[in-house]
Amino acid sequence: MSKQITVPFGPQHPVLPEPLHLDLVLEDEKVVDVIPTIGYVHRGLEKLVEKREYTEYVFIAERICGICSFIHSQTYVQGIEQIMGLEVPERAQFLRTIWGEYSRLHSHLLWLGCFADGMGFESLFMNAWRLREHILDDLESTTGGRVIQGVCKVGGVRKDIAPEKLDEMLKGLKGLEHELQDLTNVFLHDSSVKHRLVNIGRLSREDAYYLGAVGPTARGSGLDIDIRKTGYGAFNKINFRPVVENDGDCYARCAVRAKEMFTSIDIIEQCIKKIPDGPVDMKVTGAPDGEYFSRAEQPRGEVIHYIKGNGRKNLVRHRVRTPTFTNIPPLVTLLKGCELADVPVIVLTIDPCIGCAER
Amino acid sequence: MTFFQMTKTVIKSLFSRPATLMYPAKPAKKTANTRGHVSINPAGCITCRSCQRKCPTGAICVEVKEKTWEIDNMRCVVCSACVDVCPTKCLTMETEYRKVLTARGAKDKFTVAGPKKKEPAAAPADGAKPVKE
Repeated sequence: MSKQITVPFGPQHPVLPEPLHLDLVLEDEKVVDVIPTIGYVHRGLEKLVEKREYTEYVFIAERICGICSFIHSQTYVQGIEQIMGLEVPERAQFLRTIWGEYSRLHSHLLWLGCFADGMGFESLFMNAWRLREHILDDLESTTGGRVIQGVCKVGGVRKDIAPEKLDEMLKGLKGLEHELQDLTNVFLHDSSVKHRLVNIGRLSREDAYYLGAVGPTARGSGLDIDIRKTGYGAFNKINFRPVVENDGDCYARCAVRAKEMFTSIDIIEQCIKKIPDGPVDMKVTGAPDGEYFSRAEQPRGEVIHYIKGNGRKNLVRHRVRTPTFTNIPPLVTLLKGCELADVPVIVLTIDPCIGCAER
Repeated sequence: MTFFQMTKTVIKSLFSRPATLMYPAKPAKKTANTRGHVSINPAGCITCRSCQRKCPTGAICVEVKEKTWEIDNMRCVVCSACVDVCPTKCLTMETEYRKVLTARGAKDKFTVAGPKKKEPAAAPADGAKPVKE
């Protein structure tokens, strides 16, 4: 047996935007064991729920993550609405779905950019982020915020989108689709990108299932898991098919995200065509009394908000299980047996969002 | 085919202007909805403290006796909850971002009008009727 050495990876590392620490146990250049550590950015957001009113807490729930911010607030708000038995106006549900898919687009473009940067393809990184700017512009002009939208509230949404603006967004997406096609062609067909991704970091279907992989990590391994199919928001009125790839390697996970962008555009187009007229919010009185597990599909996978109230303005308990947290056990399995030089790329393929995972 | 995937994009980028802006030398992009910073019209404030109660970060401090309205710019997250709740609409959301701060304690304090006296309060009540008709 050759000599083993331990290489610390993170919490500060060029490919990691956020602090995740991995102790890589190496034999020569091969990784034989991985010990993950989190806990560098714990902020205690879940404790704040006892001090803030449940309606104010939407802003805090949104700030759990800086990328999937809108879907965090949507999940929290849906939980409260289920406890209180509120029937949210249909237009608000459609608007939430539109903004949710926009945030998925911007998250996937951000990830594709970071991923290109991680494998050393600088110009592709710049191009992905250039296209992301169009999405952020649309988000800013409709909600007022580029990354933190702050439009969800208990009982509906705070802003409406005018029909002319919806048409303009539709036109913008049509134009963007061509540019996205050029971008994804590079990710999916370029020989240097393929050389870096194909057959690296394989996760079998069984491992993905038993280790609790969610989102594109699971769908890249052939598991057809998509919480959007449960029909929350306006998804029960939308036709779409989750993108599933069967290879389970880095290329498959990249392909899932690249193709999901087109699914998102399709969903937004359907929403804009089907959106009904009407109010976007309703009057909410009283306070939640009960508990609920609220689930939604984030760009990174399934997020669960557990909410418990006792009939007062302040909730009793709020607990979040984010997709990155559940994707860490699959990550450990992925890394075992790979080369040291492939570690950054493999870590990036689960789209780690540690700020999310720790709160 | 796989070798020239980016050629089209590269040529386009060669002959187009940079996609980035030289912020803060040039002003940032903004839309009508952009949440930049909160501003107050001191003449309209009645020190009702609704904004202070609704602020999720506790950035706003209203002193009723001294008739002051204070905002801690380091704490404000520009959620516009105060603007929505303000009964006299004296708070507005400006579209321009605030300048970067370099030190803590950047608080803006305003002396405000305070609650209206009884005589002026009666006048708008009478004046409100013609508006309804």
